[in-house]
Amino acid sequence: MSLAEPHVISNIVVALLLAGAVAIFATARRSDLWRQAGRELIRRRPIAIVTITLFVCVALLDSVAWVGGGAGGGNALEQSRPRSVIDRMFAPDFKEKSYSAPLADVEFYGGADLTHPGSHLLGTDILGRDVLQLTLKGARVALLIGGLTSLIVIPLALLMGISAGYFGGRIDDIVFFVVSTLASIPTLLLLIALIMALGHGPVQVCVAMGVTGWVGFCRIVRGETFKLRELDYVQAARALGVSEVGIILRHILPNLMHLVVITFVLLFSGLVLSEAILSYLGIGINGSWGQMIDQARDELARDPIIWWNLVAASTALFALILSVNFVGDAVRDILDPKTLGERR
Amino acid sequence: MLAYIVRRTAYGFVVVLGVLLLLFALFFLYAEPIEMARRAVGEKAPPEVLEQWVVNHGYDKPTWWNAESPADTMLVDHFRSMLTFDFGRSDADDSPILERIRTGMGPSLALTLPIFTFGVLLGVGLSLFVAYFRETYIDRMGVVLCVLGMSLSILLYIIGGQFLIGKTLRWFPISGFDTSPAVVLRFLALPVLVGLVEGLGGSVRFYRTVFIEETGRDYVRTARAKGCGDGRIMARHVLHNAMIPILTRVVVSIPFLFTGSLLLESFFGIPGLGSMMVDAIHGNDFATLRAMVYIGALLFIVAQILTDIAYTLVDPRVRLS
Amino acid sequence: MSAPVLRLVDVLTTFPAEGRRIPVVDRVSLEVDEGEVLALVGESGCGKSMTALSAMRLVPKPGRVESGHIQLCDRDVLGMSVNEMRAVRGRDAAMIFQEPMTSLNPVQTVGAQVVEAIRLHERASFDAARARTIELFDRVQIPDPEQRFDAYPHQLSGGLKQRVMIAMAVSMRPKLLIADEPSTALDVTIQAQILELLRELQRELGTAILLITHDLGVVNELADRIAVMYASRVIEQGDRVDVLASARHPYTEGLLRSVPSSARHGEALHEIAGVVPSPLEWPAGCRFSTRCHRMEDRCVEAVPASTPVGPGHTVDCFVVADEVAR
Repeated sequence: MSLAEPHVISNIVVALLLAGAVAIFATARRSDLWRQAGRELIRRRPIAIVTITLFVCVALLDSVAWVGGGAGGGNALEQSRPRSVIDRMFAPDFKEKSYSAPLADVEFYGGADLTHPGSHLLGTDILGRDVLQLTLKGARVALLIGGLTSLIVIPLALLMGISAGYFGGRIDDIVFFVVSTLASIPTLLLLIALIMALGHGPVQVCVAMGVTGWVGFCRIVRGETFKLRELDYVQAARALGVSEVGIILRHILPNLMHLVVITFVLLFSGLVLSEAILSYLGIGINGSWGQMIDQARDELARDPIIWWNLVAASTALFALILSVNFVGDAVRDILDPKTLGERR
Repeated sequence: MLAYIVRRTAYGFVVVLGVLLLLFALFFLYAEPIEMARRAVGEKAPPEVLEQWVVNHGYDKPTWWNAESPADTMLVDHFRSMLTFDFGRSDADDSPILERIRTGMGPSLALTLPIFTFGVLLGVGLSLFVAYFRETYIDRMGVVLCVLGMSLSILLYIIGGQFLIGKTLRWFPISGFDTSPAVVLRFLALPVLVGLVEGLGGSVRFYRTVFIEETGRDYVRTARAKGCGDGRIMARHVLHNAMIPILTRVVVSIPFLFTGSLLLESFFGIPGLGSMMVDAIHGNDFATLRAMVYIGALLFIVAQILTDIAYTLVDPRVRLS
Repeated sequence: MSAPVLRLVDVLTTFPAEGRRIPVVDRVSLEVDEGEVLALVGESGCGKSMTALSAMRLVPKPGRVESGHIQLCDRDVLGMSVNEMRAVRGRDAAMIFQEPMTSLNPVQTVGAQVVEAIRLHERASFDAARARTIELFDRVQIPDPEQRFDAYPHQLSGGLKQRVMIAMAVSMRPKLLIADEPSTALDVTIQAQILELLRELQRELGTAILLITHDLGVVNELADRIAVMYASRVIEQGDRVDVLASARHPYTEGLLRSVPSSARHGEALHEIAGVVPSPLEWPAGCRFSTRCHRMEDRCVEAVPASTPVGPGHTVDCFVVADEVAR
């Protein structure tokens, strides 16, 4: 099993992400503030939190894949492909020739018998793939978009914003210029230009979204750092001889964390929705819900209409985005600096 | 004040140069001229035709530096042509780009101008209403509706709109465009409606926050203490102050009047600049894309300068400092 | 003697916190007579501002006045309609606030804001109101009143802004002026000027003043009577001389002793042990019991009633009540 196989890389990345997430949780739990905030969040938005957790679990299950083992059935080619945990919930050859309605026994066009009659809960799409399976796999793509891109946006914005805000002068001029230039190009246009230049793969799309996305947060970080730099205890630390880096790490950065959390949550939904638009334009990521919705345009024009593909993808997309938005609102209220210190 | 405008415009120009540099890097460092020719002319074209195409479009020159005549490089060409609005011809079908931009502007504006104006009026109106009933059920419901509205992808609004109103109810045609005054409104009605409703959630949410923040300020308390009623406070005190953050958001969305909502035009078959861009993407037409992104950025920068100037008119603290 | 200009009887104002409603003004009773200055004294957070806001029905949501009786210039404040209350505010009773920096509308000229205050209650032409405003500016000692009419708040110093607020407040010659820490946010030298101005206006217009402050020096300058608040209750009330010279409540005593005085030069500064408890940790009985050096068991269990200890001088304390009985 060579290490360069995509599914092996994916497995490793997922393991690392999980380890990282556990580490973050452990650190956060030690702080009164974050524990309180977490409890408050669960108290206010239990349904949204459960929904998001479900999506995350599905995405994680779809990220762990290996070859072989499991149920029989299907030809040699299908058996030799790496299949994730989600894939293994369905038979390896769980495909039809083309469209079929949910829980139907026969094909949509022509009425021929299906290979797996009555077992496609949400029907099949134009290539005969099970729509439920596709929808579940779409969760992984959505979380990839939101997660990977945020991983690019947030550190980059923090680095540039804090440098500009803290050191000022020439560094600030440069950062401000770069930010102004990037911000001057309407986001969608810049995204398109970047993807045309970089290529259509998932990583490239995430990088493109990252490049367009860091600018907004960078501005906020820069503004906050300006304010924080002038605070009395920062001046005191400087007078005591603490190094600049020390001040940044111990005084500036922790005070930006609440902004990081708020931005991450709000950014997430924006990114997933952006990818849907990119999918429509043909430059999105393979397997995303946006792509499924894109196919719907043809399907709705037919008579009788084919609706299950669209409904499945739309519902999943809407459920995730809605939950994230609700959580984002609550997070913003809880971490509002004005009420932050008052919680007991 | 004049000095400020001059300074601001000068910086804007510097940013334009920065944008051009970025565009150059994006479009010319990755594209292979022969590939572009092949895509435009055809896979099976003979090499001489391909090379002629490359020369015609100016892609044969050295990229950065020409030892013989330093000014004859793609870099210089790029800056020169963009700054003089000499966009040349499309990579896909050789049509003159500037011409197409001119013809495409009309339909785009016809679509986005109504969305913009009605959007602002409706958004401010609804949010004032909701903010007035702050902390009551009307307000809470309003916020939930806004979040719901913001969580739906614009794709779904378009598909939903087309399906419900176009196909089922048959109130308006699903797509198409005709400039004859009698019919043009019918074709615009649905896309304008969809564009309006889609943006409503986000704007009402934002304006509401602004209004609620303003009504919580000290000067409102003073106004109340001297006997102002709620209505007067909203109209005479809060509105003017709230205009300042609202102005930023409104002016910043002006460039989208031009970029014309790629999605709406494409879905509804409106032959504006947005459709042009979508075609350019599908046809790998770098020349057109480059010109369109440049114009988009230019408008954005102009809009930002206008906002800054507008601030000085609206906020006396900026004007008199 | 005529009726008091302001009369609060058992006023209870609450705010929601942690699922309960917490009293920020806890059954407060006080009176301000015509033309007199009552100083409402206490530490930050003891409820003095809220008391004033309650009297004007300006308590911000989600707080509200739950019960009690408020009489303002012979009118029942809590029973009035919204429109009637609007007419009262600015005309019969006016209020000035602590932070002049943010209390004026930044996008309107100061002159326009005072003109608005006038035209809300009187039918006056803009020119007539403008002339009145400039007169008022002159009266409150704003230099160059004609030019200053067209100035924006950010162009004026804190002291000037506060003078504008005062001009606005007295424009309709109100019977009651509520001044919430009017000089606290200002420089020391300006403080004295503002207080002097208030005193002059009070004598000239016969306005009663409810003066809210934590500064005992200010109290000594202006007040006729004093009410001391602690943890949203009034614990001592009386004439200025009586309260300052012969305070009986342990808290007031402690407060007065903590003021540095040249007479006790060289001595260690006195302090009241402990800190003000948060509203969520208030004891069931007397709220000062946790820090009182004369505390007894019954102080923690029951709330002491107001006991007269002299003419017009009351104290809420079990121990003092016993002393008086003897």
